[in-house]
Amino acid sequence: MNAVLDWLAALGRAGLGALERLGRGHLLLLGILAGLGPLARRPGLLLQQMNSVGVRSVLIIAVSGIFVGMVLGLQGHYILSRFGAEATLGVMVAASLVRELGPVVTALLFAGRAGSALTAEIGLMKATEQLSGLEMMAVNPVYRVLTPRFLAGFLSMPLLAAMFSALGVWGGWFVGVGLLGVDDGTYWSQMQAKIDLHEDIQNGVVKSLVFGFVCSWIAIFQGYDCVPTSEGVSRATTKTVVHSALAVLGLDFVLTALMFGK
Amino acid sequence: MAPKRPPKRPAARAAAPAAAPAPARPTARPAPPDVLVRVRGLSFHRGRRAIFDRIDLDIPRGMVTAIMGPSGTGKTTLLKLIGGQLRPSAGTVAVDGKDIHALRTGELYALRKRMGMLFQTGALLTDLDVFENVAYPLREHTKLSESMIRKLVLLKLEAVGLRGARDLMPSELSGGMARRVALARAIALDPMMIMYDEPFTGQDPISMGVLVQLIRRLNDAAHLTSVVVSHDVAETAAIADYVYVIADGRVIDRGPPAKVQASGSAWTRQFMQGLPDGPVPFHYPAPSLATDLLPAWGAAAA
Amino acid sequence: MKKLNAHGIEILVGAFVAAGFVAMFFLAMKVSNLGAVTVGDGYQVTARFRNVGGLKVRAPVSMGGVPLGKVVGIHFDDKTFDAVVTMEIDRKHAQIPDDTYAKIYTAGLLGEQYVGLEPGGSDKNLKQGSEIRMTQSALVLEEVIGQFIFSKAQEGSKP
Repeated sequence: MNAVLDWLAALGRAGLGALERLGRGHLLLLGILAGLGPLARRPGLLLQQMNSVGVRSVLIIAVSGIFVGMVLGLQGHYILSRFGAEATLGVMVAASLVRELGPVVTALLFAGRAGSALTAEIGLMKATEQLSGLEMMAVNPVYRVLTPRFLAGFLSMPLLAAMFSALGVWGGWFVGVGLLGVDDGTYWSQMQAKIDLHEDIQNGVVKSLVFGFVCSWIAIFQGYDCVPTSEGVSRATTKTVVHSALAVLGLDFVLTALMFGK
Repeated sequence: MAPKRPPKRPAARAAAPAAAPAPARPTARPAPPDVLVRVRGLSFHRGRRAIFDRIDLDIPRGMVTAIMGPSGTGKTTLLKLIGGQLRPSAGTVAVDGKDIHALRTGELYALRKRMGMLFQTGALLTDLDVFENVAYPLREHTKLSESMIRKLVLLKLEAVGLRGARDLMPSELSGGMARRVALARAIALDPMMIMYDEPFTGQDPISMGVLVQLIRRLNDAAHLTSVVVSHDVAETAAIADYVYVIADGRVIDRGPPAKVQASGSAWTRQFMQGLPDGPVPFHYPAPSLATDLLPAWGAAAA
Repeated sequence: MKKLNAHGIEILVGAFVAAGFVAMFFLAMKVSNLGAVTVGDGYQVTARFRNVGGLKVRAPVSMGGVPLGKVVGIHFDDKTFDAVVTMEIDRKHAQIPDDTYAKIYTAGLLGEQYVGLEPGGSDKNLKQGSEIRMTQSALVLEEVIGQFIFSKAQEGSKP
């Protein structure tokens, strides 16, 4: 009997803790968004973060994009050729990239590359009292440290996803047309006939904007909310990657259902 | 070790080397004279644990006040309460006559520009070099020209003896140097007070001596009020004009260093002289050793 | 890590943003239908079919396997009960005879349907608003199978 009560109490505590974290996360988000106004007067801060969040993620995104596209070309050709439908290879590659893989894989890579770095950086700033130090220098650390990082992540994601998709289409073309002998004109024309600017590409961009928002928010919150010790920072970094991945995959399902399910 | 000295009179300050060209700040002083920080009935709880239980403190203007106590008594917490970073569960903290927890954000930030704080680790911004770290508060809060900022920063660095280290990154500094840079940063805006959080922890004797001397010298030269939180008894007692000893959430002793060191309280004597056993027991509370080692015997005894 | 000066960072971030927009532009122009025959860039002709099967708007219109344009509209005529398909043909291909024959084909066994044009021999060419008179409807699989079974049944009942 006692064991059951203890278990219930533990469950309740965990639930309350999660609710409390959720509340803190939303309050932090409000603070971050309130910092957008002051940030507009200091664009240099955003520039720096675009460099460390966006530019430094380009390499991994580009390489992954090309290889994912090449694998899609290979696998797609293998299956489509059984039905004599190699002509639609371009459609398959482009549709899967633009609709799903581009935004989703970019977001997962972003969480691993930039998100974890953001969490670690902010967590270390907290652990080494840099955030408190800013506060005591009468500088709001949310405005000065968090808002530029958040905005940089939010803006970088669609750009990175577009690079991923574009290079993936090219990688699929390289394998399909270059190596496996699909007709060049068919690859592109079929793709152009079936991929819709509004339905496919615009929706993909919307997805990556949502993912950029969520991934940056999670990364920054975990860093800001971490236990300021080396163990706490490392745990927060892990949490960032796990939570971001789950959030991205879950949201992807919801967004896909909203956008494409009629 | 520097001899214990009486509270400096303003006349004595002119003799110390100029640390900074302190601009004459016309400060209206609504607070009662000589008390800069007035703490009344301050309580603070973390979870169910009371860190402070209705403590009263007065920090006199222009002096070095030390707050001593064993580790984990919330000395850093006290500084954060004074700086307005934490909210007390009861009581008030008035800095320069203003109740810090009743201020609006803008007023609090304005007041903080006049309070410097030196963190244990220095808290330098890791992505900026030494020069930029010291220039940071100037760039944030003033509209000075670049050449003016350069002059001010070099003067502040000169005051802590690190003008030559201006191009180093914080990761290239030793712990003591990092604290001195942080000190230069803390005095960049010519504050009215500086709070030092454990300035001597983990320092070798030389950098310890440098810091001890710097704190005293800056206090007297720049007309500062200093609050030093520490458990390094000898160093702190050497520079402090007034000492508070805190333990278990209460002020146990107060007074000039000599008086506190000679205090009759057993606890204070143990703390000031670093005795291993006394009112603070050597053993963490535990059942008797025999009970722990021989459970059967313990059970029989019980 | 090398410390970049402010100008270097500006250049890098500028290149990054530019590359992102180039990628988006590439996706819009080269991958999606925006880059194919665009509205206003060609002339429209109509054709009436008894049955358009699974033909969709944006399906390609091709001659000899080469895409010339796309379907821009499919309507139902209440009077004749025909399906009216509006096609837009690229201005480059203005030399198509007006007795051209239009048929709805299926690309591959499972592929999408498209309109195939077979040129006639007239001297006059199709122009904006022309109607293609000779058409053949889409092949509906159920009809074909139905006819096949019907003819087999007739064969069986003959002797």
